[in-house]
Amino acid sequence: MIKIPHRQTVLWIASILVYAFLYIPLIIIVVFSFNDSKLNAEWVGFTLHWYKALLNNHEMLLAARNSLIIAISASFLATTLGTMAGLAIHRYKLKVLPILAFTPVAMPEILLGVSLLLFFLQVLNLTLGMLSIIIAHTTFCIGFVAIIVRARLQGMDESIFEAARDLGATPWQTFHQITLPLIRPAIIAGALMSFTLSIDDFVITFFTKGVGEPILPIQIYTMIKVAVTPEVNAISTLLMLLTLTLIIIATRFDTSMLRGESK
Amino acid sequence: MALLEIRNVTKQFGNFIAVDNVSIEIRAGEFFTLLGPSGCGKTTLLRMIAGFDAPDGGQILLDGEDIVAFPPEKRPFHTVFQSYALFPHMTVADNIGFPLKMSGKAREEIKTRVAETLEEVELSQFADRYPHELSGGQKQRVAFARGLINQPRLLLLDEPLGALDEKLRENMQRELINLQAEAGVTFIYVTHAQNEALALSHRIAVMNQGRIEQIDEPSRIYNFPVNRFVADFIGKINMLNAWVTEVSPVHLKLKVEGLGEVAVPAKDRIKVNDHGVFAVRPEQVRIVPLTTAIHTEFQLNGKIKDFLYIGDVTTYIIELSNSTQIEALLPNSVPGHTKPFEVGDTVAVSWQEQSAQFFPD
Repeated sequence: MIKIPHRQTVLWIASILVYAFLYIPLIIIVVFSFNDSKLNAEWVGFTLHWYKALLNNHEMLLAARNSLIIAISASFLATTLGTMAGLAIHRYKLKVLPILAFTPVAMPEILLGVSLLLFFLQVLNLTLGMLSIIIAHTTFCIGFVAIIVRARLQGMDESIFEAARDLGATPWQTFHQITLPLIRPAIIAGALMSFTLSIDDFVITFFTKGVGEPILPIQIYTMIKVAVTPEVNAISTLLMLLTLTLIIIATRFDTSMLRGESK
Repeated sequence: MALLEIRNVTKQFGNFIAVDNVSIEIRAGEFFTLLGPSGCGKTTLLRMIAGFDAPDGGQILLDGEDIVAFPPEKRPFHTVFQSYALFPHMTVADNIGFPLKMSGKAREEIKTRVAETLEEVELSQFADRYPHELSGGQKQRVAFARGLINQPRLLLLDEPLGALDEKLRENMQRELINLQAEAGVTFIYVTHAQNEALALSHRIAVMNQGRIEQIDEPSRIYNFPVNRFVADFIGKINMLNAWVTEVSPVHLKLKVEGLGEVAVPAKDRIKVNDHGVFAVRPEQVRIVPLTTAIHTEFQLNGKIKDFLYIGDVTTYIIELSNSTQIEALLPNSVPGHTKPFEVGDTVAVSWQEQSAQFFPD
């Protein structure tokens, strides 16, 4: 047993309470996803029944497949565009650029959802569906990628890029040999972040999905309108697991980014 | 013909004139230093030579050809940055091989030449290390090796010793002189440290507020500064307010404010009644006990006010009869502890006429 001084005891209790507040609801969902009862009331016994039921739920599987397609496409597009935005913001020290890129991040989702809906229907005359959702998700993810890439660039010695040019590299060689490898951790972190944001987004998806394909978060919502079944717990647990894994990987890249080292 | 000729180069940032109509000729094989206080334009000038910044006016000629329009990668110059700017994601070997790779050398050739260079700078065992695994001195050797491997026409150095501690810096100064002699590469060195400039350079350009004040060899800069700024910036110098009372072809007679008359060597374009300063370096000042004083005309009376014992030398601060102060630097070359003067001693200070100067305002 480690002896903890008094002042630290208070700190420990406070942090335990904070983490409990954050994680107890999540733990309850995980626990009840293995509960052998239709009711989320008391623990009856362990079962994998709800996960099996999920595998036979075609609507749910389709929703999961659609959400994965959307998340992969949107995070790919957002990462490409966001990286370019991050580089531009860093290069051209115009104050308006970061504001323009970061506004969608801070904008209330409902506002973004409504404006995208109007934009798709009235300006682009687009039929709502997978494409409109991908575009919408890309829009709000770009800002996150740009912020991460820019933060990485800001932490770097500017003379590294000048040194590359000075030693004979063309602008393209400098980007390819120096800039890209150095910001790669930020790009990966940004991509993972975009993926997790996209896969569980509800509000913007709700506005831009139309009536066609089922999408995972919406599907879950539809299910709990009837009742919070253990099946919902199971799918939520799986989603949580995926997100958590990606976040852990993303922060791995993030910490190496904070130390300013990369290998 | 000069290797590099800077002709009437000007650079402005907004309303601030960073480099103001500067012209310099740099000869092949020279160790040339741009010296000045921070903000004097020396780094801006270096960046324009490297190609990072474009001048607003003037020309930069290499072998007589204007290279102002060339991007940095097209100029046969390499830069050693103050931060060293090593690529953090590349090993020492890859860092040193980078310029060869960029010039399209074959993989095998790069390998051999990097190995040779690593051998020369005694870093062979660090070939596979990353920059963050190196000490400051090692990083610096990598930066020099990388800058020189491609035999550039010019090596530009931006305060490369600035980040090192004093002892290491002194060793590196000697290494730098050897390096430059061995490589046979022309160096343009930027620093604000006057002792570094004096120790390293063949010639120094002293810069102030975007302009060149003086270009000359170190000993001439030190002994014959052209104006008050150079005299004050390079080394230490005593300055007393004075004005000219008599002009002759050989010397000027000055009246030092509140004190007597002194004489200094003649100087061009000086008229009677010109105001300025009488200046003499501390090591040129002799202290003599008043009792044994020989009466010459260049002698002022005073009292020892304080002293700074530094080991090899002692600086005495003497308060003159008009309560201005003058410093005298005495070497401690007598074996054992000796302290020829005590605080409060009444003394006289004197100097040779040739060692004193007059700088008009």
